[in-house]
Amino acid sequence: MNQQRLLRMFFWVAGSVWPFLAQAEPAAEVLQAEQQRIEVMERAAATTVAVFDGSGQGGGSGVVISPDGFALTNFHVTAACGSAMKCGMADGKVYDAVIVGIDPVGDVALIQLLGRDDFPHAPLGDSDRVTVGDWVFTSGNPFLLADDFQPSIAYGMVSGVHRYQYPAGTLLEYADCIQTDAAINPGNSGGPLFAADGKLIGINGRGSFEKRGRVNVGVGYAISINQIKHFLPHLKSGRIVDHATLGATVSTSDEGRVSVDEILDNSDAFRRGLRYGDQIVRFAGRDITTANRLKNALGVFPRGWLVPLTFRRDGQSFDTTVRLMGVHDQSQLYDLVQKQEQKPAEPPGGDRPAPDGEETPKPKLPNLSKKKTKLPETVSKRFVARRGYANYWYNEKKQSQLWGNYADRQVLEKAGFDWEISAENIAIEIDRERATIQLQNSVSGAAFSNALATDDLASQLSPPKSGGLLLTLHLWQRLIDKGLRKYGEVYYLGQLPSKPEGTMVDCLIGIYAGIETCFQFDTQSGELVGIVMLPRDGVDPCELQLSDYGEVSGRRLPRKWRVLHGDQQFFELEISDWKFGTDSREEKN
Amino acid sequence: MQRIMFSLLVVVVCLALSAKVNATELQQTIRTTQNKVVKIFGAGGLRQLEAYQSGILISPEGHVLTALSYVLDTDDLAVILHDGRKWQAEFLGSDPITELALLKLPVEEEQLPHFNLRSDVALQRNSSLPFPGQRILALSNLYGIATGDEPVSVLQGVITAIAPLKARRGAYQANYRGQVYVLDAYTNNPGAAGGALVDWQGRLLGILGKELRSEVTGTWLNYALPTASFVEVVDDLRAGRLDRTRVELPPSVESHSTETLGIVLIPDVLPRTPAYIDSVHRDSPAERAGLRPDDLVVFIGSEPVDSYRAVVKQLQQVERAEPISISVLRDGALREFVLTAKTPSVKKSTPASDDVKP
Repeated sequence: MNQQRLLRMFFWVAGSVWPFLAQAEPAAEVLQAEQQRIEVMERAAATTVAVFDGSGQGGGSGVVISPDGFALTNFHVTAACGSAMKCGMADGKVYDAVIVGIDPVGDVALIQLLGRDDFPHAPLGDSDRVTVGDWVFTSGNPFLLADDFQPSIAYGMVSGVHRYQYPAGTLLEYADCIQTDAAINPGNSGGPLFAADGKLIGINGRGSFEKRGRVNVGVGYAISINQIKHFLPHLKSGRIVDHATLGATVSTSDEGRVSVDEILDNSDAFRRGLRYGDQIVRFAGRDITTANRLKNALGVFPRGWLVPLTFRRDGQSFDTTVRLMGVHDQSQLYDLVQKQEQKPAEPPGGDRPAPDGEETPKPKLPNLSKKKTKLPETVSKRFVARRGYANYWYNEKKQSQLWGNYADRQVLEKAGFDWEISAENIAIEIDRERATIQLQNSVSGAAFSNALATDDLASQLSPPKSGGLLLTLHLWQRLIDKGLRKYGEVYYLGQLPSKPEGTMVDCLIGIYAGIETCFQFDTQSGELVGIVMLPRDGVDPCELQLSDYGEVSGRRLPRKWRVLHGDQQFFELEISDWKFGTDSREEKN
Repeated sequence: MQRIMFSLLVVVVCLALSAKVNATELQQTIRTTQNKVVKIFGAGGLRQLEAYQSGILISPEGHVLTALSYVLDTDDLAVILHDGRKWQAEFLGSDPITELALLKLPVEEEQLPHFNLRSDVALQRNSSLPFPGQRILALSNLYGIATGDEPVSVLQGVITAIAPLKARRGAYQANYRGQVYVLDAYTNNPGAAGGALVDWQGRLLGILGKELRSEVTGTWLNYALPTASFVEVVDDLRAGRLDRTRVELPPSVESHSTETLGIVLIPDVLPRTPAYIDSVHRDSPAERAGLRPDDLVVFIGSEPVDSYRAVVKQLQQVERAEPISISVLRDGALREFVLTAKTPSVKKSTPASDDVKP
């Protein structure tokens, strides 16, 4: 009885005290967490950009990722802006910005804000570690609400990872994207998705809306930052960047097997042994159990990337590494981009937020706004138009940088065309017109005479099984002799993984006589570490790997060479002597 | 009095608990709960008639509870688990009031992950859970985003109210009029019906309902049927005590079209055929409203339309139950007409009129 009374007393006290408790200060840790969140969001807001086209009519969002003003946004946002845009930041200022590079398939664009070298910028996170249930927030300029460019923030949860959303045609494919219920509305396009700790994990660009009209209904998609990291050096090249394909189509069986339906015989995957009917088991380090998973794994890479592949046939498993081919050929991609840019600001498909925040419907006038307005001076200093490029200025700059690093070493001065290279059991003699190589028990040669029809050059692929080592050396000499301007067509590609360990290298592409050669430079030292010579499409290249730089004949040269062709190593040699001839006949140009 | 205080205490305890749930525990809960929600693919496939929805596993031997809809109206009903396992499901029966249906997967001696309705309901009855303001997770395959072995989507929010449902689908009233949980998470999306509403411990609070609009405001409702409202229904369905026939349901949303309005446009022969009215059917909504041949349609509602195709497309965006405003150019002047299609039972009616605004 007594106990019951006590209990009753307790409830009475608890009940009457409750309202006061409720009004009391929240727990210290709650306040601390709140304060932390406020600070994270303030920092994030400072890096957020409101992107407007030159006329200030339409636009989207973006986020600065480095102090020199490089910022990420959506391709479908910049497509409506042209080469220059105005960018508002949380400091209330408007900065001029210029287009740098675009990835129309991945719906990503890189722009550079101008006028400062200390822009607040967002740290990049690791989107592969994002899981369902993570707290995230979006930042941006939905409905162009912020007159003072203070971005709107929306908090939410990661609803799904590794989502696949189909492209419109071949552009604007969202592979391996992050799905969130944090609000993504028209105007948020191109803006950042932050993890709760303030690290940038994605670029918002798309949502599922359907019959609800063009406002958020809890289903938004962000392009994962890890995908963008693969593309970033490519985007900095000022090019229109293409995505990759395996060159095969696949289908999923009910038992969760993904097998090859069709395969192009000019794809690297085919040359590495992949055939019709083979089961794809692993790709790029991911288990492949559905066609969607393969599309997700593929969609994060630019063309040319090296990716490990495991496939199975008749119970036997095969491991290989494939070089991915492009989804488009360059001119095809360029034409598609042109078409996209002529469209009104609203992207196709009706499935993603329109970059312009106008809610009120306005009659769609023929696109008069594709104005050829004069670029602001700061922008025009950093913009060079050229077919196939978003902004050739950045490519030229990167070319000169790589070349300058390489040529300034002066090791190449007057290297000429007359080389005599010896190693154990191997002797190579090369001059302007021909070359011979003496191997253990064979001699072979190649001719590079100017008298040859240019397409014949690509047929000089000796010694056999090397893929064209002598021709590779000839083209190396040509680059050294002619430099960037006279070699042929030269451009900076970006960074790709190189064999054998997948180390990232800067790629300078030279095209001469229809032969595409990739000169690979170490990203740190700037040293030439590889030459990949592709005489024509659909064959394996000759890959010359150069290492162990040291003094030979008074120059700093690579003393270790490795030559790969297809699945085979042709040879590996250590240079014992490297003579440079005095022949310096000037070729007339 | 004691009851109230006891519930207050429970609230305090729960708040404290929910605050303590750290991120990894929550993610663990989500992961195990995702495994109890299935993807259902069946009939449909036209625009606004999606061929997919969600369902929840409620027994280890493969009973799946889902929303009763046209999606189930096929003999080829595929149910796909979180790990990609796929079965053809048998339709056991449905309840016309809650508009829920019970399916059975052809599995034996399986221990499938599942919700335990009885124990979750008992817990809620004893603890006065849930309450407005409680945090919730909504798991479903909205928009059919997940396929194969991909897990369903997760949305978060709170219960904003517990209130009786007053809703309609098109012109039809929803059959269920009992209490529902009103949510601030966007659960009213294509394909979400049949998904799970759970608390942060993964306990089933309810099942996500079909796409419905409020009778009062016309807005889409984000809501869930409480587990307690269907736990007995499920027992009856499992025991075969309810009608096994599939209830014929009207299509969930019917839109306007030129036919229903009685408008004949001039034939669509150009990429952008101007939307001139060729003729108007007798005694049609168009005629009653005052549309005439040779009128050029320029606006549907507030959306500009510049061609035959744009008109057809825009008409599909408006439900037939709603009056529709059409603006035309006639003799150089813009005129607006409001048309109302004949529908079974519309109470609300904006006076359809010959009301011509200059």
